[in-house]
Amino acid sequence: MTPTRSETDNLLLRLWRNQESRAVIIQIVTMAILFAFIALIARNIVINLAAVGKEFSFNFLMWPAAYDITFSPFIEYTNQSTHLRAATVGALNTLLVAFFGIILASILGFTLGILRLSSNWLVNRIAYVFLEFMRNVPVLIHILALYSLIVVLLPPAKKAINIGDGTFFLSNRGFYVPSPVFESGAGIVGVVLIIAIVCVIGFKRWAKKVQNETGKIYPVFWISTAVIVGTTGIAFLATGMPLSWDMPVLKGFNFKGGMALKPEFLALWLALSYYTACFIAEIVRAGILAVSHGQTEAARAMGLRPNRTLQLIVIPQALRVIVPPLCSQYLNLTKNSSLAIAIGYMDITATLGGISLMQTGREMETMMIVMGFYLVISLTISAFMNWFNQRIKLTER
Amino acid sequence: MRLKTTVTLAAVALALGVTSGAQAGTLEDVQARGVLRCVVSTGIAGFAKPDANGVWGGFDIDFCRATAAAVLGDAGAIEAVTSTGKTRFTKLNAGEGDVLWRNTTITFSRDVGVKLRFHGINYYDGQGFMVKKSLGIGSALELDGASVCIQTGTTTELNLADYFAENGMSYEAVTIETNDEARQNYESDRCDVYTTDASGLSSTRSALPDPDAHMVLPEIISKEPLGPATRHGDDQWSDIITWVLNATITAEELGVTQANVDAKAGKQGQPSKNPETRRMLGLDGSQGSELGLSNDWAYQIIKQVGNYSDIFERNIGPNTPLGIERGLNALWTNGGLQYSPPFR
Repeated sequence: MTPTRSETDNLLLRLWRNQESRAVIIQIVTMAILFAFIALIARNIVINLAAVGKEFSFNFLMWPAAYDITFSPFIEYTNQSTHLRAATVGALNTLLVAFFGIILASILGFTLGILRLSSNWLVNRIAYVFLEFMRNVPVLIHILALYSLIVVLLPPAKKAINIGDGTFFLSNRGFYVPSPVFESGAGIVGVVLIIAIVCVIGFKRWAKKVQNETGKIYPVFWISTAVIVGTTGIAFLATGMPLSWDMPVLKGFNFKGGMALKPEFLALWLALSYYTACFIAEIVRAGILAVSHGQTEAARAMGLRPNRTLQLIVIPQALRVIVPPLCSQYLNLTKNSSLAIAIGYMDITATLGGISLMQTGREMETMMIVMGFYLVISLTISAFMNWFNQRIKLTER
Repeated sequence: MRLKTTVTLAAVALALGVTSGAQAGTLEDVQARGVLRCVVSTGIAGFAKPDANGVWGGFDIDFCRATAAAVLGDAGAIEAVTSTGKTRFTKLNAGEGDVLWRNTTITFSRDVGVKLRFHGINYYDGQGFMVKKSLGIGSALELDGASVCIQTGTTTELNLADYFAENGMSYEAVTIETNDEARQNYESDRCDVYTTDASGLSSTRSALPDPDAHMVLPEIISKEPLGPATRHGDDQWSDIITWVLNATITAEELGVTQANVDAKAGKQGQPSKNPETRRMLGLDGSQGSELGLSNDWAYQIIKQVGNYSDIFERNIGPNTPLGIERGLNALWTNGGLQYSPPFR
């Protein structure tokens, strides 16, 4: 039978009534609207930039930046360096505070999470109050408050608190410590250290294999420590102790020599860490509570000691619950580090997204680079955490 | 967070063209709105700061009010759009403000690169250093190794880098966002020196608990001509801002003050016989309507706000806490640099 007239006429209607084709149509329309919207934005950018007489170009990255960045621990930077280099200094500073922030937040977070589960009423309550206070105050306030505390409470450089007879100095210009100076022969010690570490890794694998096959357990941790400390120590003595210390000394306005933890870095790092740690603590608590108590009881019944139970039974299972939300917290910490500008820590938002933007007037270009940077960092952290999540996934037999 | 959000929002506004943008017709926009929006600082005593009742006052604010008096006939019809050193040009270019009166240094890169239009100089300034007297320092050349507080996004930052490099000295830059944060850092000895325009130093010093314990070093290391700015693309609006500033200077030169302007304009007794005064106050000719304003625009400025001297003395002059002498900002006839093209 040939299709009736009305059916062929209403081809569109028929497509619409078919569930599969309807889904395709909706997707096409959605994509069209999305692209039209993007095109509209792009068009407006072009028109409005032209209206104020601005061109869209990244050439400015090669111009001299002309401003100074005092905190550049990784690469050389002077005010004759380019905007690109200033951006790199900022990016490295962002990575620095994010890296150490994630480490400290994880340690604090796991500790707090376990304290929060403590059967000791006092410990439990103290952890509870601390967590609720810290995580319910905005992180910007934490950063500003901590910075003010450091700057106002600690003494100025000339009245710095001296710890250990001229070795450590604590002032509102920073926490100064001696910095190591490597002399000739230090390279040999370094090589010995690397060899020791490689050996220890090999030993660990071997010990694990033996344990899997025979059940015999070696004190891996103690042997490893002894090997690393022992061989490196002997090499250090044999090469005639090729290490001296550069002491911080007060000269003129400031301390010269040594290394310094600057108050800007310290405030940002600590505030981001303990703020994020509070969220991590709750995630850890949830993860541990998610492991059925029966698992613990079964492990005990098999004669595992409590810390082995935690290490082998509870934590591996809890991690499955912990890792995905933990990843979000790491991302939050990294992105929150852009609040650095409030206290003058020179991260990428402060250098490229701040001073360079201001001095060159390239809002669109600088903001695009800054956004791209945070995007790449966040996606990298995500990718790593996904890989890690995959690795610790419960293997079902 | 807020700072970044502002920048981002401004960039988005620029992208979406939500605001009227940089098109011509600022005058019509302002008159239709009935309020003039000035981009100003977040708070510098004597230049732009809200009082206890939230009413903005200061040297820059008075020029904003003068503009409102000329354009709207009401010096009170202003809205202060606060901005940090970093966000000011973005805010202006994105159309959040109509004009920028915010102790802003005129430079080549801002005029040409940031695409701003500058309209003369309402304050001749230069960058200086403030230190505590207890440091026992008499010159900026003794500052090697010092920690220096600066505001980010300013020309100050660049001058400082140049000055220390040129003199072979090192320093630690403590970069902050606003004047108040800089003050906190300076007071608590986080930095030894605070550097900004000399006018800003006087302002900050006046607000310290014990101003006499601090001193401004003799070195002035830069030229900082401060002036108003507008967006590219609106010549009529540019002309108005230029001549609002010129009117205040010319009025001082002609001896027309807030106190005697009624007499000069003939509101009480005989009007002035000086031809330039008559042209400026709208008694002769049609200069106001040529600008697109009412003919008594300059009269309104001087009546409601005052001439350059009135504005200076009221906000930052010797009888105020800031106690700044006219110096470079005296009229050219008194040995200063303030000089206006004639009203002809």
